[in-house]
Amino acid sequence: MVTIASLKKGQRGIIKEFSVDVVPLKLLEMGCLPGNEVSLVQIAPFNDPLYLNINGSHLAIRKETASMIEIEII
Amino acid sequence: MKSSKASILLEPKSPVIERSLNMAKHINVALIGNPNTGKTSVFNRLTGMNQKVGNYPGITVEKKQGVFKFGRASKVHLLDLPGTYSLNASSIDENVVIELLLNKNDKDFPDVAVVVADIENLKRNLLLFTQIKDLGIPTILAINMADRMKRKAISLDVELLEEKLNTKIALISSRKNVGFDYLKQLIEDYKHLSTKPSLNASNISPEYFDRLRKAFPNQDLYKLWLVITQDVNFGKLDRKELKGVASFQTESVSNLKRLQQKETVARYQFINETLKETLHIDSANAKDLRSRLDRVLTHKIWGYVIFFGILLLIFQAIFDWSAYPMDFIDSTFASMSEWAKNTLPPGDFSNLIAEGIIPGLGGIVIFIPQIAFLFLFISILEETGYMSRVVFLMDRIMRRFGLSGKSIVPLVAGTACAIPAIMATRNIENWKERLITILVTPFTTCSARLPVYLIIISLVIPDDRVLGIFSLQGLTLMFMYILGFAAAILSAYLLDKILKIRSKSFFVVEMPNYKIPLPKNVLITVVEKTKAFVYGAGKIILAISVILWVLASYGPGDFNNAETIVQERYAQQNLSDEEFEMHVDSYKLENSYIGHVGHAIEPAVRPLGYDWKIGIALISSFAAREVFVGTLATIYSVGSEDEQTIKSRMAAERNPILGGPLFNFASGVSLLLFYAFAMQCMSTLAIVKRETNSWKWPLWQLVVMSAIAYVVALAAYQLLK
Repeated sequence: MVTIASLKKGQRGIIKEFSVDVVPLKLLEMGCLPGNEVSLVQIAPFNDPLYLNINGSHLAIRKETASMIEIEII
Repeated sequence: MKSSKASILLEPKSPVIERSLNMAKHINVALIGNPNTGKTSVFNRLTGMNQKVGNYPGITVEKKQGVFKFGRASKVHLLDLPGTYSLNASSIDENVVIELLLNKNDKDFPDVAVVVADIENLKRNLLLFTQIKDLGIPTILAINMADRMKRKAISLDVELLEEKLNTKIALISSRKNVGFDYLKQLIEDYKHLSTKPSLNASNISPEYFDRLRKAFPNQDLYKLWLVITQDVNFGKLDRKELKGVASFQTESVSNLKRLQQKETVARYQFINETLKETLHIDSANAKDLRSRLDRVLTHKIWGYVIFFGILLLIFQAIFDWSAYPMDFIDSTFASMSEWAKNTLPPGDFSNLIAEGIIPGLGGIVIFIPQIAFLFLFISILEETGYMSRVVFLMDRIMRRFGLSGKSIVPLVAGTACAIPAIMATRNIENWKERLITILVTPFTTCSARLPVYLIIISLVIPDDRVLGIFSLQGLTLMFMYILGFAAAILSAYLLDKILKIRSKSFFVVEMPNYKIPLPKNVLITVVEKTKAFVYGAGKIILAISVILWVLASYGPGDFNNAETIVQERYAQQNLSDEEFEMHVDSYKLENSYIGHVGHAIEPAVRPLGYDWKIGIALISSFAAREVFVGTLATIYSVGSEDEQTIKSRMAAERNPILGGPLFNFASGVSLLLFYAFAMQCMSTLAIVKRETNSWKWPLWQLVVMSAIAYVVALAAYQLLK
């Protein structure tokens, strides 16, 4: 499965469906919704967490969560 | 708080505004917004220094209120609500916002809400706006940082946006102080605002909302929906309160979550459509300051180098720079005490002032320089947006110890005071990580330990230099800080292994834009935090100083015959008046109430190298550590009449059994270690009880930490003596 965790630095993708049971509501409220664009801005040392730009919002999430959100790389 | 949920369900549907009849004179305004929108700067601009900080009843969420006036008629009460991303609360702080907005009977219920948004994050900020609007509260949209529009090539059709959102918009800049007159005017004219909701709640799921409507025919559906889902979002803490409503919670949690997702999607659809026609961003100059700074500050080497450099600077400020004002305060209070003793008519009351109250007050005031420096740095780090980068940088490392990157903020803030630090754990989403952070934060070297360390180090560590530059005393102090931090990390690691709590690991942290901090914001934070500390801890310190003085100045039985007893005992020796007085005083102290207590506990503290006086200081330190120095000051000044600073009095104390100075290397190290590990702060225990909602965890902390402290101090003394 291609997820946010598979993005390389600078790469962009479009968010596809994901399960609300594993992704916190707060993330949705910050713009992480199906159809929105996500790009990987920076990876923290030791490869986790990920610094993302989702729909214009800059935020960091852990790889564990990122790997739950399916995307299509563009 | 508890009644609010019930009351909104019983209340008939009524227009929001009818409540206040006297509103020509008095307008309640709530300031609401996402974190990092500059909401607090807006609050500071509107109210100036005319603000007060308190707590919401029963919880430790900070409540900031302020007042400002319009030319003639009206007075505005402004309430700065905690920053939140939406009305779906996931922490106590965010919950405060909903509790207030759902409870029309609350005296702070707003006549008008001002939602603060950041022009660069308008899309996300509008989510909260549409939710507030749907509560039927007149809502003004204040778009902050408007001064950046030109530079960022952002254009906004304000009129069209006002029309689409059914509101009034003020473009403001708290940095440049622009737009505030207009914002005030909008607040004054709030009655003209539309209260039409922006989204029809039942569109989210017509079928579910139909059922709701049938069950509660007279209710506002969106409010009902919020009450029901509040329970879903809100973690373990306040579960019990909602039993009444939960009975008609016919949907499964996962279904409700799905509905919440649908709500969020619906809101974003509305926002996207609205902004498509009104907001234009020319993203050509996207490579900006942010990415350049990020590249350095979150770099895998430079990021850490810079972070530790900043920590070093902070410690330098706390140890070095604040030493000057602290010496001054110390000597000032010593001479004030002397002055009071010589000037006031002799008697119990004068003694209370000179020996109890003034040294006690000195023990509070001496903290001010350090606390102020610490909050100065912390507030600058927060204001600039750097703190989020540290969280990002540290998360992976901290997780290895069962903590979260967000634990770094409490652990750094813990070097000022564990109380605000433990409150700062609220934005840690994962309950286990949060609990562990709460439990280990008291190990970090808080400023209350600092005077204890400073005085003991200066007594028992030689004033030498290592390699000709580093002061040995300074290095010892730094070691104590590292020790505290290591104890926190190590116990976190153990707790992570011991505690069997299953909780989902999620972590979301916003990476805000870099900003130059506004001096006024920083100043207000420093003043407020210092004041809160001085008044909060100060009351306890003062009370204890007075109690101690009373206990040391009165006693049972033989205490009252001290003169006769001393005279008989030293009958053969020819004592001078002065020597006689000294013997009387020390006899009195030993036979005072506190002397009896001290002797009773002496067997327990002697193996650690302490005498009964230090034993008393230890006991009183359980109220608050900083009491230690004040206690010794009180006890010793009762014992000797000389005009001396606390330090020289301590240096002069002799060990009654072994001879030699009481504060020697072994007993000094033992004391340092005891203070490093022991849980000696009632206020921290109270906060932990509140934040974990149980007595279990604070009692654990008290017992385990104190046991560690005793064992380590015992071992150190026995090895070194």
